[in-house]
Amino acid sequence: MTKKNDSTNWPGQTKKTTLRLAKWIILWVLTVAIVSFGAALFWGENHLINSLAILLNVGVGIGVIMAMINHLKKQDEMMQKVQLEAMGISLGVAIVGGIAFSMLDSTNVIPFNAEISYLVMIIAFTYLVSVFVNLRRYK
Amino acid sequence: MKNRLKVLRAERDWTQADLASALDVSRQTVNAIETGKYDPSLPLAFKIARLFEKQIEEIFNDEE
Repeated sequence: MTKKNDSTNWPGQTKKTTLRLAKWIILWVLTVAIVSFGAALFWGENHLINSLAILLNVGVGIGVIMAMINHLKKQDEMMQKVQLEAMGISLGVAIVGGIAFSMLDSTNVIPFNAEISYLVMIIAFTYLVSVFVNLRRYK
Repeated sequence: MKNRLKVLRAERDWTQADLASALDVSRQTVNAIETGKYDPSLPLAFKIARLFEKQIEEIFNDEE
């Protein structure tokens, strides 16, 4: 049996796409910081600069999505199944949780605004737990 | 679905990592197939059969 080098074998390819995805996500977080802190500390409500900064954020966000698709394509079939199930659960939680959270806010049941950042955290947590549980299931 | 993957691998003195590398899958996937927790797709089953130079039904058995 011949051994494959890092660029052609499964772990090598996965490591490469994971690193690429991580770089895109770091870049995306930086563009979020530019929009948030830039408006708060430097250029205020300058529409042109804010629009350009948000455009940059969306552009890099598209890069994140492409990197995520590439990352998923390089996974093997079982790992794709694990990821798909985790994403399905996360999507369900996002829709059900998001609508419920919004209604809690609109009916003033909760004393604070239903910020999207809470929902993003819930989705991320659900995704991580789902991947962990699915991986344990196949262990 | 039961299979003889572990036996065939042991006969050739391959580790799970060796087999995973030959099949282009993760070691976790090889382990899950061996323990019967994951049933491979048809293309992967054919790949396994080709690697061990056997018919699919000589490796995989759909009896519970």
